[in-house]
Amino acid sequence: MQLIDKAEIMDNDGIRRVLVRIAHEIVEKNKGLDNVVLVGIRRRGVPLARRLADILRNSEKADVLVGELDITLYRDDLTLRFEQPHVGRTVLPFDIAKRKVVLVDDVLFTGRTIRAALDAIIDLGRPECIQLAVLVDRGHREVPIRADYVGKNVPTSRKEVINVRLSEYDGIDQVVISEEVEQ
Amino acid sequence: MSLRGNDLLSLREMSAEDMELVLSTARSLKEILSRPIKKVPTLRGKVVCTLFYEPSTRTKTSFELAARYMSADAVSFSSATSAVRKGESLADTARNLSMMGIDLAIMRHSVSGSCHFLSKVLDIPVVNAGDGMNEHPTQGLLDIFTMLDYKSKIRGLKVAIVGDILHSRVARSNIFGLTKMGAEVSIAGPLTLLPPDIERLGVKAFARPEEAMEGADVVYVLRLQLERQARSLFPSKREYRDFFGIDRHKLSYAKDDAIIMHPGPMNRGVEITTDVADSPRSVILDQVTSGVAVRMAILYLILGGRD
Repeated sequence: MQLIDKAEIMDNDGIRRVLVRIAHEIVEKNKGLDNVVLVGIRRRGVPLARRLADILRNSEKADVLVGELDITLYRDDLTLRFEQPHVGRTVLPFDIAKRKVVLVDDVLFTGRTIRAALDAIIDLGRPECIQLAVLVDRGHREVPIRADYVGKNVPTSRKEVINVRLSEYDGIDQVVISEEVEQ
Repeated sequence: MSLRGNDLLSLREMSAEDMELVLSTARSLKEILSRPIKKVPTLRGKVVCTLFYEPSTRTKTSFELAARYMSADAVSFSSATSAVRKGESLADTARNLSMMGIDLAIMRHSVSGSCHFLSKVLDIPVVNAGDGMNEHPTQGLLDIFTMLDYKSKIRGLKVAIVGDILHSRVARSNIFGLTKMGAEVSIAGPLTLLPPDIERLGVKAFARPEEAMEGADVVYVLRLQLERQARSLFPSKREYRDFFGIDRHKLSYAKDDAIIMHPGPMNRGVEITTDVADSPRSVILDQVTSGVAVRMAILYLILGGRD
């Protein structure tokens, strides 16, 4: 099996515009940024959370705290997988009690990652509320979870894969749909 | 080779890549120890059993806490209060425990090689928590983890191990682990407590601790194992202290920023003076915290994922 890119959904400018819009929606929904913190889900949620914080710093002149959450230990498929996922670090340089936590991830798919993230967050304290921001919602939910902020809704088939490439890790900003093909 | 589903019996048999994986995983897991709720659900439903045929406070508690912090259940078995007293053999005891549905066995035993023996008897993974004078691999890993906390890299690090090398499984595991990761290890101890062929393990042996500690980044003081001295291998505790006990004067041979380590339990005033043990350069208590993180990583890497 091999993955080939089928179509580009967002380029560099597209990602930037979507993040600017989400940043404004966060301000609007929370009526400002008091007690709002951004928590990126490893790996690609982390640079997205940092970019949102940068946008908010420029537009709202506010320093929004950013944390990094690794959900590996909370996965529900650990005993089902053959390959063992690497455990990354969780770094939350603030107390999440009474904060408005905005979880940030690249793709919302089955919802199981977010389910794990909710458990991981609640083990660390009791936030005032938890919201979810994603760059792409591709559907196919397996648990009752929805996002508060969606960059782009992309209808997909289960065979397709959404690849989010970010300059921090991949050297390029791009979202593409790929598909597995028989070799 | 992956750690999953496998035994952890010695650092002699462990690859440098697997050691790095344990260390990096432990680095991530250490954060859990500073949380108000020290529990992650990762190993829910798994059961680990500690079999200790020798006394232990640190290692046994450390393994059991590591298991609980990862949501595994830990049951313990101690030889003093069990059917071992009625003459049951190690193999029979272990087979019986494994028939109760245990997923992993952690054993300490006074006989070298006993964990290797157990691993042949049992189908489940076995972790060595110290076998006689052979190895104590999780101690070696937690010591290397602690060194990395303070010295950032192991390659080229000068480590001096001082004391009763002959009886020390801690020394052997550290020597295997450290040399594999590129440290320069020198050792010193009374000639009666230095194995004759020890330099074949890739270390430099010295008769005087001052020579071994010259320019060292890490001074690792071993416990004088009075319970393993079948015959007199040194004249007296006082003489041992004078020649090999680490005090401020001997420490001056090491680098100014050298850290001091000890596997515990300490014989204060014998192999280490109290002012050295309690000095700001001593990381002896950090080793204990590292131990829990390293054992959490080992349990995760062995028990996580599908068999």
